[in-house]
Amino acid sequence: MKKEDPVEPRSGRRSFMGLLGAAVGSAGIAVAAETVSHEAVAASAAGEPRSVAKPKIPGYDWSEHQWAFGVDATKCIGCLRCVEACKTENDVAGDAHHFRTWVERYVTLEGEDKARIDSQADPVNIAASGSEKEYRFANRYKDAKVEKAFFVPKLCNHCTHPACVQVCPTGATFKTADGVVLIDHTYCIGCQYCVQACPYGARFFNAEKQVTDKCTWCYHRITKGLLPACVEVCPTSARVFGDRNDKESPISLFIKENRVQVLRRETGNAPNVFYVGIDKEVV
Amino acid sequence: MESLFIAAPYTGYVYPNETVFPWSVLIVVYPYLTGLVAGAFTVSSLYQVFGFERLRPVAHFALLSSLCLMIFVPTPLLLHLGHAERAFNALLTPHLTSAMAMFGYISAFYVLLLMLENWFVFRPYIVEQAQKRRGLPGLVYRVASLGSNDVSEKAMRYDRKWIFALAVIGIPAAHGLHGYVGFVFGSLKSREWWSSDLMPVIFLFSAIISGTALLIVLYVVSCWLRKVRIDLACLKGMGYAMWGFMMFALVLEGVEFGALVYRGREGIDVIMEFVAGPLIVPFFILQFAVGAVTPILMLSYLFWRGTGGTPLAVGIVVSAVLVMFSVLMMRYNVVIGGQEIAKTGKGLLTFQFEFFGRDGILAAASVLVAPLILLSVVVRFLPPWHDPVAP
Repeated sequence: MKKEDPVEPRSGRRSFMGLLGAAVGSAGIAVAAETVSHEAVAASAAGEPRSVAKPKIPGYDWSEHQWAFGVDATKCIGCLRCVEACKTENDVAGDAHHFRTWVERYVTLEGEDKARIDSQADPVNIAASGSEKEYRFANRYKDAKVEKAFFVPKLCNHCTHPACVQVCPTGATFKTADGVVLIDHTYCIGCQYCVQACPYGARFFNAEKQVTDKCTWCYHRITKGLLPACVEVCPTSARVFGDRNDKESPISLFIKENRVQVLRRETGNAPNVFYVGIDKEVV
Repeated sequence: MESLFIAAPYTGYVYPNETVFPWSVLIVVYPYLTGLVAGAFTVSSLYQVFGFERLRPVAHFALLSSLCLMIFVPTPLLLHLGHAERAFNALLTPHLTSAMAMFGYISAFYVLLLMLENWFVFRPYIVEQAQKRRGLPGLVYRVASLGSNDVSEKAMRYDRKWIFALAVIGIPAAHGLHGYVGFVFGSLKSREWWSSDLMPVIFLFSAIISGTALLIVLYVVSCWLRKVRIDLACLKGMGYAMWGFMMFALVLEGVEFGALVYRGREGIDVIMEFVAGPLIVPFFILQFAVGAVTPILMLSYLFWRGTGGTPLAVGIVVSAVLVMFSVLMMRYNVVIGGQEIAKTGKGLLTFQFEFFGRDGILAAASVLVAPLILLSVVVRFLPPWHDPVAP
C-alpha cells in the first residue's frame, strides 16, 4: 500500500526561495521574482506545466502523458467495489464521511418529478451495511414503483482550472504536468480553504494527518503503468482511465466515441472527468 | 478513542464529504475581530484625519484598542489550522493567486503601521515616564522610547505629521484588510450564499459599526471604572456614526439578499428553504430584529427627542451592545450559514456546536476576550484618556 504521492513538487518553491534570498536588499530582483511567479501562474491557468521540476519516478516522464478519466453511468451497478478499493488502496478513513470517490444513486419514482438522491453518508445506507467501514446501497425502493434509476460515480475532477489550487495559500496543492491535481501532505497547513473552494465536494480533511485529502487518480499506480484502484476493480468497466496523448487509449476512444459531458461547466473549472449517461438532475 | 470529527445531520442530498464542516466558530470570530480592528481604527481616523473634535476623548483609546485587537487577529486562524507550525509557509512561499496567502502580508503591514502610529501618539508620555521612573518600569519606558527623547515643539510638529500620514495610510490599510476578508468569502464560486461582489463592502460597513459599538461600550465602561464623567458629546458622536453606517450596512445586506433571490439561480429553492427555516432565529430574530432594527429605532428616538444625560448614555450603550451582537451573528450567518447550504443545491446541513476542543465555543470565546484583557493591561502603561475637565 502506497501512502505518499511520489512527487517532489517543492523545487519550484526552492527556486522561489533562492530568488527571495538573492533579492534581499534588492527591490529589482524582488520584482523579477514576482514576474517569474506571475508567469508560472499564467501557465498554470492555461493548463500548462508550472515551473515544477519533474518528479523522480524511474521510467516515468510526466511531460509525455495527459491523464483523463471517464465514467459511463449507464454501466454502473452501484456495487461500490470502487469505493472500498479506494479506501483500502489510499488508506482513507473507514467511515461514511470521508471519500476520495463515492457513488450517488438517483431514483425517480412514478408520479414524482424530482429524483431522490442518496449516497454513502445516508443513514439508511449506513444501517444497511451495518458498519461505516463497509458500503452498501440499502434496498429502500423495493416496494416502490421506480420510473427511472441510475448510479453516478464521483471523484475529484482534476480540473484544468482548479479552484482549489487557485485558493491554496502555500501552493501545497498543485497541478502536475500530466494533468493531475495533487496535495503535498508535508506542506499543507490544513486551512481547508481548498475544501470550501471545490464545487464538487471532492476534498475532505484528513483528521489523522491534519491536512486536506482527495483523489489522486492513484498517482502512485498510474506512474508505474497501473490503473487507478477504482478502475481496476470495476466489474462493468463503468470507469475508464487513460492518456489523452495516446489516441488509442481507452479514454481517448471513450471521448471520441461518446457524447460526453462534464459536471458544473458553469464554474469554469474545466473538469477532466468525462461522463456519459447522466441526467439533468445530477449535481 | 474520541472521534476525530463531528458529522452533521442533513436533509435532502449533500455530498458525503460535506457532512464534516471545514470551518467552525473560530472562523466566525476571525472576521469579527478584524472588523473590530477596522471599526476602532475608523473612529480614531475620524479624529486624526477628518478632525472630528468631539471624538478626541476616545481617539487614542481607539488606536490602542485597534492594536490590541489586531495582535490577536491571527490566533483564531492559527488555532484552526491543522498544522499551525507550517503557517509561515504562506509567507515564505506565498501562492500568489490565493487571497489567503496575501493575508499575512496585509496584516503584518497593518500591525507595523498600528505600532508605529501608537508609538508616535504615546511618545510624549513614554519620554516623560522614561525620565521620571526608576527601576524596571523606567527601563521599559526607556526601551520603548527608542532613544528618541526630544519632545520640543518642533519635534512634536514632526510627530503630528507622521501621525497624520500614518492615519491616512491606515484608512485604506484597515479597510483593505477587512475588505479582503469579505473577498475570501465573496470570491468563492462554490457557494451561492457567499459568492457575491457585495460581500467585501458588506463586511466593511458591518466592521465599522461593530468597531464603533465596541468603543462606545469600552469607553463607558472605562469611565465607570475610572469614576470619571462620560463625555456625552463624544458618546453621541459615536452613536451618530454607528447609526449612520448601520443604514448603509442594512441597505447593502438587503440589496444583496434581494439580488440573490431575484436572480433565482440553481439551488435557490434550497436557499429559500434555509431562509424560511433554520435562518429565522439566527438571522431574522437575532441579527435583524434584535441586533439591527431595535438599536436603529432606539437611537432614532433618542436623537429625535434630543434626549440627554444618563438616559442617552444608557440608550447608546444598550444599542451598541445589540449592534456588536448583531455583527457577531452576521459573521455566524455568513460563515456557518454558508456551509449549512449544501454545495449540491439540494440539501441543508445543521452545524453541530462543540464546546471544548480546538474548534469549540470556549476557544472562540477566549480569543474574543483575550484582546480586552491585553487592552486593560496596556492602558495602565499607556493611558490614552483625554477626559473633559471636571466642572
